[in-house]
Amino acid sequence: MSVRTPDAVGAIGAVGVALGLAQMGAALLGAPMAGYTGAGLALCLVPLVVGGLIRAVAPYWGTTPGIKNDGVHHAPSQSRGWPAWLLGVVITAFYCAVYWAPAQLVGLMNLVTPLYAALTGKAPALATVEGVRAAGWDPRQWFLYGLLYTVAVVVMGARMAMRYRHSRYQLARTASVCFFQLTFGFLVPQLLQAFQQPEFYFTYFWPLKKEYLFPSDLRGLVEQGTLGVFMAYWGVLMALVAVPVLTYFYGKRWYCSWVCGCGGLAETAGDPWRHLSSKSLAAWRFERWSIHGVLVLITLTTGLVWANSAAQGQVLGHASSTATHWYGFLVGAVLSGVVGVGFYPLLGTRVWCRFFCPQAAILGLLQRFFSRFRITTNGGQCISCGNCSTYCEMGIDVRAYAQRGANIVRASCVGCGVCAAVCPRGVLRLENGATSGDRFPLSDKPLHALMEALRK
Amino acid sequence: MHIVILGNGIAGVTCALGVRRRLPQARITLVSGESDAFFSSTALMYVFMGHMRLRDTEPYERRVWDEQRIERVRGWVGAVDVVNARLEFTDGRTLPWDKLVLATGAQPNRFGWPGQDLPGVQGLYSVQDLEALEASSRGLKRGVVVGGGLIGVELAEMLHSRGVDVTILAREPRYWSNALPGREADLVGRVIERAGVQVRYGTELQAIEAGSNGRAAEVVTRAGDRLACGLVGLTAGVSPNVSALSNGAVPTRRGVLVNTRLETRVEHVYACGDCAEITEDNAESGRVEQLWYTGRAQGEIVAANLAGEGRTYARGVWFNSAKFFDLEWHTYGEVDPAPVVRAGERHLWWSDPSGLHALRIVERDGAVTGMNSLGWRQRQDVWTQWIEARRPVEAVLKELARASFEPEFARRFEAAVRQGGQWLQAGEST
Repeated sequence: MSVRTPDAVGAIGAVGVALGLAQMGAALLGAPMAGYTGAGLALCLVPLVVGGLIRAVAPYWGTTPGIKNDGVHHAPSQSRGWPAWLLGVVITAFYCAVYWAPAQLVGLMNLVTPLYAALTGKAPALATVEGVRAAGWDPRQWFLYGLLYTVAVVVMGARMAMRYRHSRYQLARTASVCFFQLTFGFLVPQLLQAFQQPEFYFTYFWPLKKEYLFPSDLRGLVEQGTLGVFMAYWGVLMALVAVPVLTYFYGKRWYCSWVCGCGGLAETAGDPWRHLSSKSLAAWRFERWSIHGVLVLITLTTGLVWANSAAQGQVLGHASSTATHWYGFLVGAVLSGVVGVGFYPLLGTRVWCRFFCPQAAILGLLQRFFSRFRITTNGGQCISCGNCSTYCEMGIDVRAYAQRGANIVRASCVGCGVCAAVCPRGVLRLENGATSGDRFPLSDKPLHALMEALRK
Repeated sequence: MHIVILGNGIAGVTCALGVRRRLPQARITLVSGESDAFFSSTALMYVFMGHMRLRDTEPYERRVWDEQRIERVRGWVGAVDVVNARLEFTDGRTLPWDKLVLATGAQPNRFGWPGQDLPGVQGLYSVQDLEALEASSRGLKRGVVVGGGLIGVELAEMLHSRGVDVTILAREPRYWSNALPGREADLVGRVIERAGVQVRYGTELQAIEAGSNGRAAEVVTRAGDRLACGLVGLTAGVSPNVSALSNGAVPTRRGVLVNTRLETRVEHVYACGDCAEITEDNAESGRVEQLWYTGRAQGEIVAANLAGEGRTYARGVWFNSAKFFDLEWHTYGEVDPAPVVRAGERHLWWSDPSGLHALRIVERDGAVTGMNSLGWRQRQDVWTQWIEARRPVEAVLKELARASFEPEFARRFEAAVRQGGQWLQAGEST
């Protein structure tokens, strides 16, 4: 039997990935093939990235542009079979190590040190288990994490682009998340350090990056000179002005599926599992409490921090630092990382974004009540097939709206546009339209609608 | 009042939910031999191809049936006993009704071909068809699909997705030419062949022959060609399923005869969806509409009339859509599939050099009456409005962008249509 060319090419890509992973495994065990040198890192990263790109793109090479969901529910890796569980365990273990046991990752930290040094202009000594244990952390644990994260976004971004190359919306969006992750999510914060500037992430704002509205961090930035002042203003303006204005015009999507790094990972690396999100009413009920609960938590924590700062630590003692610490542990580590990404292969791609992200909660409230964005339906063309609901990573039962010809205005919708892409009858379209009556009852009286929604 | 609905497809279920909205007190029973819960039969292909699980094709969560107090009875009905007002199940059970709604759907046409009932020969309409196909396609190398229409291309795509070598036998000289005019049919045919499926035009089935295992093994065409295959898909249209009415108690012709209020000739018995044949003023024969949305609309009318609203079924401006592999098709209004443009008509035709985007606008007596688009999503409400308002083509062309339903950033074709559109006059080939 002849082997299809794309399969053979894909196998070559897989060998590259295996080589890269083997090098990482060797480093993890303390014995990289070419030592902790630039060549050693290249020996790992080049086959990993190039092989990954080949492997990601090959299955779609030579196919006609269009929806490529054949066999999704037959593949054990995509339908909660053993490969999915294995991957879930590996990702979860990695997150646990990054957050709580960085000493376990010393080998990998040393592997990436040459790139870390080149980008940040620093020249750190090799990390040691004892040293990391004693310090409790090492900046390279986060550099390692950011590097792998970015590799995942770019490589799987190529896959996403190939899969949906018939849709310019998907191509533009995928290019956008890859760009923002590669630059503002990874390179820029590192390069800033080389120029003795603060490590600043221009694409994250309060409450996702809670510190950017904390008094101590703002003070710290301002003290670092002109660029620091700009960064402080940037963080405040984005959180308080840009978020509502952009969301009014374009919906939540301008951030969640065009800019955000978490969204970027979900839309690229997470795409193979987007169909696993639960569409049940129970999941929706949980989501409403969990995501808004986190928003309340971070708002209270931030308020506490400011109150404490205003009282110069006199009134509340350690309350604010305790709250910040626990919020960081529970939301920052457990929910966003371990659960939010580690469970991708089992619970779907947007676990964090859907259930816990406080930024998504704010954007969602704005989208639901103060935005022009909606998904419209095309008359009576819906055949209730269910592709839209199945491939909605946010667990929205899109079909329930489409089959009665209703517009979809939901707080959770990240505007990825995949529902519209997979629809076989051309029924769904993302639009930035008027805000009045065609959205939902009371949409011209948002405050009233908000009260009604709360009463439900 | 006990309302029994026979069939839990789109027509029956829409009717059940519509009755519940109008008559909170009524007892409603949904009867189905096919499945426990309503699913989207149009989505069966996606289940086979692994895009969805069968459960994902259920348009309502299962809690809805309890919430709406819709009782569900699973079983095949052998006969409708009008005299005693009850259903007789094949297993001997009976179910009495006060009002009966027939929504029994349709079944694949079998035109008396020798071998048409062999194992390995099947249509694609029900869950049972899907299960049979799943069983037959294990290790399957070659399949033949008989019928060059919509279900034909769907079945071909399904088999092709599992690596099966598929040949479609199309009676017509072009693909689905009893619905598509010449150029659309050609473009669709090209897309199918580009995907790797062979279409034999002008080819009719003569017989299906069994192999040594008793299963279908070979197809013989009228021209005497023989095609070895492990599966034969019969997709030459569907006919109303009236098998439970063979006792003649409820008059049928092609389908269950109903008037425009969707009442059968028997009091308290209604019919809707794929099984109904709608006649004007109790004429002897009428039209059968077998689309998803016509089933939905008819189910709604029956619900209204069960509540005494006395509504008549009026379909409005025709529309339909489909997908041929990756090529999407929308149609609004009337487009004559004839090979030449009719007298009194002229057509504006445009297609992209890739052959993957095309538009036809039909003009009759100076007004737009219909359109076809390929690879170009079009808005139903806008076209319906244009057709109802009898807008001239020139006005429509000026506002063409309004009708686009393409995603943001999509290529725009409006200017290309205005510049490169070609008029086909009466008598020219379509």
